[in-house]
Amino acid sequence: MTQPGVYWLQQILNALQLGSIYALIALGYSMVYGILTMINFAHGDVFMVGAFICFLAATLLKLPFVLTLLITMTASAGLGVLIERLAYKPLRNAPRVSAIITALGVGLFLENLTLAFYPYPQHVPPLLHNVTWQLGGVALSSLQLIVISLSLTLMLVLDYVVRRTPVGVAMRAISWDKTSVPLMGVPVNLIISITFAIGAGLAGAAGTMYSLAYPVIDPYMGIMVGWKAFIAAVVGGIGTIRGAVIGAFILGGVEIMVVALLPSTYRDLVVFSLLLTLIVIRPHGILGSPRVQKV
Amino acid sequence: MDQSDSVGQQSPMKKPLSVFLNFLVLSAAIALVGCGARAPKEQVIKIGAIVELTGDMPAVGASSRNAAELAVAALNRAGGITIAGKQYRVELVTEDNGAKPDQSAAVANKLITQDEVIAIVGPNASLGAIPAAEIAEANRTLLITPWSTNPKTTMNTANGAPKQYVFRACFTDPFEGRVLAGFITGQLGAKRAAVLYDVASEAPKSQAELFRQTFEKLGGSVVAFETYTTGDRDFSAQLTKIQSAKPDVIFLPAYYNDVGLIAQQARRQGITQTLIGSDAWSSPELVKMSQGSVEGSYFANHYATDIATPTAREFIAAYQQKYGKTPDDVAALTYDAMGLLFQALKTAAAPERQAVRDAMAAIAGYPGVTGDIRFTPGSGDPVKSAVIMQVKSGQFAWVTNAVP
Repeated sequence: MTQPGVYWLQQILNALQLGSIYALIALGYSMVYGILTMINFAHGDVFMVGAFICFLAATLLKLPFVLTLLITMTASAGLGVLIERLAYKPLRNAPRVSAIITALGVGLFLENLTLAFYPYPQHVPPLLHNVTWQLGGVALSSLQLIVISLSLTLMLVLDYVVRRTPVGVAMRAISWDKTSVPLMGVPVNLIISITFAIGAGLAGAAGTMYSLAYPVIDPYMGIMVGWKAFIAAVVGGIGTIRGAVIGAFILGGVEIMVVALLPSTYRDLVVFSLLLTLIVIRPHGILGSPRVQKV
Repeated sequence: MDQSDSVGQQSPMKKPLSVFLNFLVLSAAIALVGCGARAPKEQVIKIGAIVELTGDMPAVGASSRNAAELAVAALNRAGGITIAGKQYRVELVTEDNGAKPDQSAAVANKLITQDEVIAIVGPNASLGAIPAAEIAEANRTLLITPWSTNPKTTMNTANGAPKQYVFRACFTDPFEGRVLAGFITGQLGAKRAAVLYDVASEAPKSQAELFRQTFEKLGGSVVAFETYTTGDRDFSAQLTKIQSAKPDVIFLPAYYNDVGLIAQQARRQGITQTLIGSDAWSSPELVKMSQGSVEGSYFANHYATDIATPTAREFIAAYQQKYGKTPDDVAALTYDAMGLLFQALKTAAAPERQAVRDAMAAIAGYPGVTGDIRFTPGSGDPVKSAVIMQVKSGQFAWVTNAVP
């Protein structure tokens, strides 16, 4: 515990865990923006609902971890598709502001719906038995390992889907040119639904891992986490998948390092100032490229 | 001239409506009271209770409400209360403050102006008790908080003098800080302490700061003084920092929800040091949600069920019979706050707010469930002892007493 190297290694591990969870949520923001140029502000609340689905699966059905994760991801994906069909699709040709207001409304609806059933913070029972290994002074818990590796796996799968599969090609095509792609026979509605399903499913996975790592959940937990993931997506370059992941790990890293170096009270102040500065220097984010608006 | 005459007799345009509404409310209230009371001569006196039923600490609010209802039910069963030779039945008006400062002030106002209660018991957490106490003081209404330990609750923040209408049933943060610092340096023989607290919450903040002062005065050193903000869930960076400072003990003056998260994360990170807690730990919920991570920890508390006095045993048995669980310290303190208020009502010269406050200020001692409560004249803070508890196989076990 004495060497500074060990100390920083431990903090990097902390940053990786936090960054993984932000990344899974940031991906949903980025994918939806990429395909619809719309900011889905209800996404943070989908993450919250995911955590509550995980809570229900673990307490009422008493399912093991893998099943809980699968059920949560599937149910969240379904919720994502439902939200898109009911709330966003009718507004696809309406002004962008209307869609954003609708998204905020959907978020508030989800919060208050959950609040009606669970007015108190709930405790999620431990789904996995935790083991902590001491590796030369650095403590690595099995939970950290699962959160980080599972997130990375999901991100790699997503990257493969978007780059190598027909669905991924269709997604990128719609993102590139929404008017002529349908003329080529691409089922736009289906692809948009799939995008929402993937984004919400990842938020559900994030909700599960969040309630493993921080087992107190409440209806408002999605707001701050959602904002931070959204910022991560913007910093990385919203609309790009790798950008969202990079942005999320930067955000997690900065949060942890600020607390490590400064009084912890300064965390959010420094984090948000840094991000604002970054946006001023690179308005389109780290991996984003300026898009020419067609008139 | 005509106009001024009519103003003299009647209120302007808006008033008749409110007078009419008041009349409606009053007649409804009278009708309700008429239905409830069997004996036609019996009159009702209203007591307000502000409790944390929703928000971050629902277990605190539930305990407090249970104990208040138990006290009122017992009193009414025994025939109510006699004030200045007249018999009254007591009615409890319970309000939820959502464990929030603004809502506490709002419901305190409502109880005083709308429900016209004679006195208020609660809120419990300091973050709500401080604003509610300001309202009570401004409206010259007696307020007794069962559980708020922050000095600001009973202090006039403008000039540092004690508030005139605010009392509490518990000890204060400076005393708790002294007790814990003394216990850590004395019994535990520890010299290095780390502190992690919520900088946005009144009681934890003052407890952390007062603990640092007294601990350093006693020759200890605070090697890490870390903060977080209400709602934070990830404490890994702070805990890693604390771990590298190599403390002997870690002081966590936090409410039970936070403690559960912090303790689990600390153990997961390989932190094995003894955890020390404040009186905010005492909810049984803590053990349930911390998954064994607070086992062996010590904390300061207001009373211990395993060294209960006969008065306390009676209360514990009645509470267990009615609610099926052991009363925690909030329940015991609420019961004592109600007891203090009943005593003040009994000795009051008239069933009026000012008279009840004066009677409360005249109480020198009261044998409560949480021990003897003594007041020094001119102060709303009682002089009473604290206990140190340890979490042992999931139960709170008494370790030692600390006398002021």
